[in-house]
Amino acid sequence: METGLIIAIATMGGLGLLFAGGLAFADKKLRVTENPLIGKVFEVLPGANCGGCGKAGCYDFAVNVVEGKAKINGCPVGGNETAEKIAQILGVEKGVSEKMLPRVLCRGGNKEAVKKMTEYLGPVSCEAITIISGGDKLCAYGCVGGGDCVNACPFDAMYMNDNGLPEILEDICTGCGICAKVCPRNVIEMHPATRTVFVLCKNQDEPKTAKEVCSVACIGCGICARKSEGGIEMRGYLPVINYDKLDEGLIPFDKCKTGAIVNLKKLS
Amino acid sequence: MEVILIFISAAIINNFVLSYFLGICPFIGVSNKISSAFSMGIATTFVLTVTAIVSWLIYFMILLPFKLEFLQYVAFILVIASLVQLVEMVIKKVSQPLYRALGIFLPLITTNCAILGLALFIVLRNYSFIESIFFGLGAGTGFTMAITIMAGIREELELANVPDAFKGAPITLIVAGILALAFMGFSGLL
Repeated sequence: METGLIIAIATMGGLGLLFAGGLAFADKKLRVTENPLIGKVFEVLPGANCGGCGKAGCYDFAVNVVEGKAKINGCPVGGNETAEKIAQILGVEKGVSEKMLPRVLCRGGNKEAVKKMTEYLGPVSCEAITIISGGDKLCAYGCVGGGDCVNACPFDAMYMNDNGLPEILEDICTGCGICAKVCPRNVIEMHPATRTVFVLCKNQDEPKTAKEVCSVACIGCGICARKSEGGIEMRGYLPVINYDKLDEGLIPFDKCKTGAIVNLKKLS
Repeated sequence: MEVILIFISAAIINNFVLSYFLGICPFIGVSNKISSAFSMGIATTFVLTVTAIVSWLIYFMILLPFKLEFLQYVAFILVIASLVQLVEMVIKKVSQPLYRALGIFLPLITTNCAILGLALFIVLRNYSFIESIFFGLGAGTGFTMAITIMAGIREELELANVPDAFKGAPITLIVAGILALAFMGFSGLL
């Protein structure tokens, strides 16, 4: 009996040692030298894998940051907080990560926009709507109200309001920019949160047509550009804001006939 | 001829997943995408085959002569755990994305009952060395086939209009059941 016990112990011990030796050898041969910093950086990232940084996911971003190929403040979701943590891990100065927000540059909801004679009854998706007929509204530049942006938002930071336009919950929004990417008409643009002056219209039609398709369209009168002293420039029938030169005080917001140019700061 | 029959039997007729219901955990867990499901199948096949070889050697060369059959469970678990460690190292070295895609299910091959089941079947059915190898290969092929088919169905399922109550795991299990029914059709083959 006792010999059996000893044999059992010896056999199992021997087998264990054999496998342990084999694994130790394999470990030496196959060891992957991964920078331990990558794991640490990965841990402080939000883990949403949204791709807002332009990398294939949070892990890929971590690898790039550690290798110096991506900026420390490159994660728009984590913002300053994450940038600070990464900076601590890597022992470098952090840059200031500017919070980006999507802006819906169209005010032509169901009330304002003029409808076509026919009604759109196809699939409710902006992509389908733009391909098939352009939707109910006459305006060929504005929001079609299919809600692709709302559906694409991974953080539930958007909703469609009663007027059929998307609204952004700025507190929840992380600025990943997915909504701007899915918008087939590029009505949604990403801007730093500090920017407050926007032309909330994308209509490039000539003034007469613009007036006919939407009550709040920019009619391209150019008054904002003339008064802005270079801060705003007319391109075709639409004013384009040069945020570097813009002086908010010069813009005659109340002179805009359709109210297409707004200062969000004053609205709220 | 005998070995080919064993191979086909293990791969199709007595498919480990769809007939014995062994290894359901990775079968459900990693069958989201065909590519990672296939890789999982290959990794499991490797572990199954090598386990078949090593456990046969250990059982018939060491445990049986020393009358230590009662240690078979411990010995097999030791073999499986070490092999999975090895596979994990290899995959981490060869393909980082695959390593991350498989995630926790890679170390969980250790607790994949299909592998311990295979080792025990070999002992139970008294397979010869060559037979064991083909049995392991067959079981692995069967597992790979089942998990890849499942992943293909689940990729389509993503687009299907599934009732809310059945979304996710329930519909997956129902599909697995139907798949198992389909595989029962092979039972008259041998």
